[in-house]
Amino acid sequence: MILANKDVLGLEEMPAEEILGVLDIAAQFRAVFDRPVRSVPIMRGRTVVNFFHEPSTRTRISFELAEKRLSADIVNFSAATSSFKKGETLRDTAENLAAMKIDMLIVRHGSPGSARYLAKVLECSVINAGDGGHEHPTQGLLDIMTMRQRLGDLRGRKVTIIGDIAHSRVARSNIWGLTKLGAEVTLCGPPTMVPGALAKLGEKVRVEHDLRTAVADADVLNVLRIQLERGAGKGFPSNREYHRMYGITEDVVHGLKPEAFVMHPGPMNRDVEIASEVADGPRQVILDQVANGVAVRMALIYLLSGGDPRALGGSTA
Amino acid sequence: MEWSWKRIPAEYVVRDVRICRQGKLAKRKGYLHVKRGVIEGIGVGAPAVEGVPVFDAGGLVLAPGFVDLHVHFREPGQEEKETIATGSRAAAAGGFTGVVTMPNTEPAVDNSGMIRYQIDRAREHNFCRVFPTGAVSPGRKGEAMTEFGDMVAAGAVGFTDDGDPVADGALMASALKYAGMLGVPIISHAEDPTIVGSGVMHGGYWSARLGLSGMARAGEDAAVFRDIELARASGGHLHVAHVSTKGTVELIRRAKAEGVHVTAEATPHHFSLDHSRCRDYSPLFKMAPPLREPDDVNAVAEGLADGTIDCIATDHAPHTATEKEYQFDQAPFGVIGLETAFAVGVTYLVKTGVMDLGGLVRAMSENPVSAFNLPLGKLEEGGGADFVLLDPDEEWTVSPKTLLSRSRNSAYMGETLTGRVKATFLRGRLTWRDQAE
Repeated sequence: MILANKDVLGLEEMPAEEILGVLDIAAQFRAVFDRPVRSVPIMRGRTVVNFFHEPSTRTRISFELAEKRLSADIVNFSAATSSFKKGETLRDTAENLAAMKIDMLIVRHGSPGSARYLAKVLECSVINAGDGGHEHPTQGLLDIMTMRQRLGDLRGRKVTIIGDIAHSRVARSNIWGLTKLGAEVTLCGPPTMVPGALAKLGEKVRVEHDLRTAVADADVLNVLRIQLERGAGKGFPSNREYHRMYGITEDVVHGLKPEAFVMHPGPMNRDVEIASEVADGPRQVILDQVANGVAVRMALIYLLSGGDPRALGGSTA
Repeated sequence: MEWSWKRIPAEYVVRDVRICRQGKLAKRKGYLHVKRGVIEGIGVGAPAVEGVPVFDAGGLVLAPGFVDLHVHFREPGQEEKETIATGSRAAAAGGFTGVVTMPNTEPAVDNSGMIRYQIDRAREHNFCRVFPTGAVSPGRKGEAMTEFGDMVAAGAVGFTDDGDPVADGALMASALKYAGMLGVPIISHAEDPTIVGSGVMHGGYWSARLGLSGMARAGEDAAVFRDIELARASGGHLHVAHVSTKGTVELIRRAKAEGVHVTAEATPHHFSLDHSRCRDYSPLFKMAPPLREPDDVNAVAEGLADGTIDCIATDHAPHTATEKEYQFDQAPFGVIGLETAFAVGVTYLVKTGVMDLGGLVRAMSENPVSAFNLPLGKLEEGGGADFVLLDPDEEWTVSPKTLLSRSRNSAYMGETLTGRVKATFLRGRLTWRDQAE
């Protein structure tokens, strides 16, 4: 038993051993991708519901692909297609889902805490695919997997996360997961986006508003998407100024340690938080992140369904 | 507590009580003699009357009926949350004999007809005296003044756009001046909306950790600062509702020292709970102003103890179970408080040594009456017999079953508190008796 809980709600509540256990299984699934037949019949006859109350393309497709490769039966419903309106409570939604006897729920919702709420009221397993500005644990796991593929043990490694940390679920999941594995995390951005209170999230977390200082001895730069829909002018004056002060340009990359690399959870705003030359350049690992995302999600779905890690070792090695 | 009377006689004596008034708890046992709703006699020892039914209270504390300057009874318009009848019963169960209702009903209380309607509805049920406030602006839109004079003549005891601050400074200045002429306060829900923005909890460590948007303390402090300066300039009476920050406590302390006519209230939740309660995303801890940091909680408690904050008011804000089932960021602000106020005071102020029982009782009874100059009698000979019997040592656990409010959104659900209201009397008539035993 790698996962003690029936749900994956955040990396805050996932112990280091569980994180490493999940990543081991994910590495085995990664190996399946290179085979001519990429699916394994582990989840045949089980129903997974992808409940996306907020628009998402990448995460939804990644989950769907993970489910298909495990041969699960899939039902998708999203805010746009299920006539959700403000008056309906999440409890009503949950009770409807429970009545339909599903095996697992993947949920993306705009309200922080919503995945935890559903996990509490539902008997089936719940995987948080992003709850407002709170956590996005599968993104955190795939980021950590990508880092470990290059760096091995993360103890003492320095990861700098750049962007709107205050509103970022990706950042929170990274912070919890990375600090548990012994990495040092630097949060970088203007104080409007990186409030000082965030440094209290861990002993190995620091806040640095100057980009050059923040990346000087970093092993990894995790560059967050600037949410343009939030509107420039509040958190930062303009895209142009953000790019000038916090954009990851060729110039910034030249100043990094030679083996340091750049990550981005996507979708990118090219030439805002990341310059096109960097986004397409040799120091980024963005497509590795995408591939690892499917593997991590397969691993979680497999483990939550009671899959035996040893059995898997036999079939995919 | 033995209670053998089927109905309360017109004249009776309650004896074997420890009388608590004007901040002091009597050391010796005493009595209260009530005749036709009026206090005929009060004092230590045994009364020198014969032939009058006597009730032996077994050493309970007898105090003036509590008065809450800040409740939401939701009628008209939101009767699914609370009504004047259910709210008044909850008030009686909490030891209250008078409440001041906020005007943010649907439609808002912004004319004398609405004031009269609410007073009449309260009289039909008669569980406690209801003193309505009127809105500062028609529809609480913050654009112009309502007819203060007409509403005061009908019984309004103050004006507020509670729930929303009066954002327009010139309107607030006019309101303070005009209400000052009429001898009633303007109650300020002090939040600068441009600072508070779309926040749903206190802005600090927990909001950062939970990924919820925060409301900065500065939003309250800045609004209180403005309103104090407007009160100073106008000479009007400013009443600051639900003080939640240490900055506000300090501003009020200074303004009072400088002679500005300002009074203030604090809620039980703001002197007992801090923002870490939001950690499980329970909307039972979502209110405006929000639960703050431990040093704010302490500052509010100290402000009550030293009289900077005049009184405890609950901001009793009922919401349906369905509304409080929404996710934290979507759920409405507010919690109920009438039935737990005394116990929260005993548990978090008296047992912790911040205030003594006399001080707590005064902050819940005599102080609010004098802050708003309400037409209520004092606990003395010739005064109206509005009183409560209290057991300051009894422990009880808050559960849905123990509450009479139509709503159940208590921040203390499941918590064991100390201090129980055993009986409440309005003009000598029993409005609540604890039958839990």
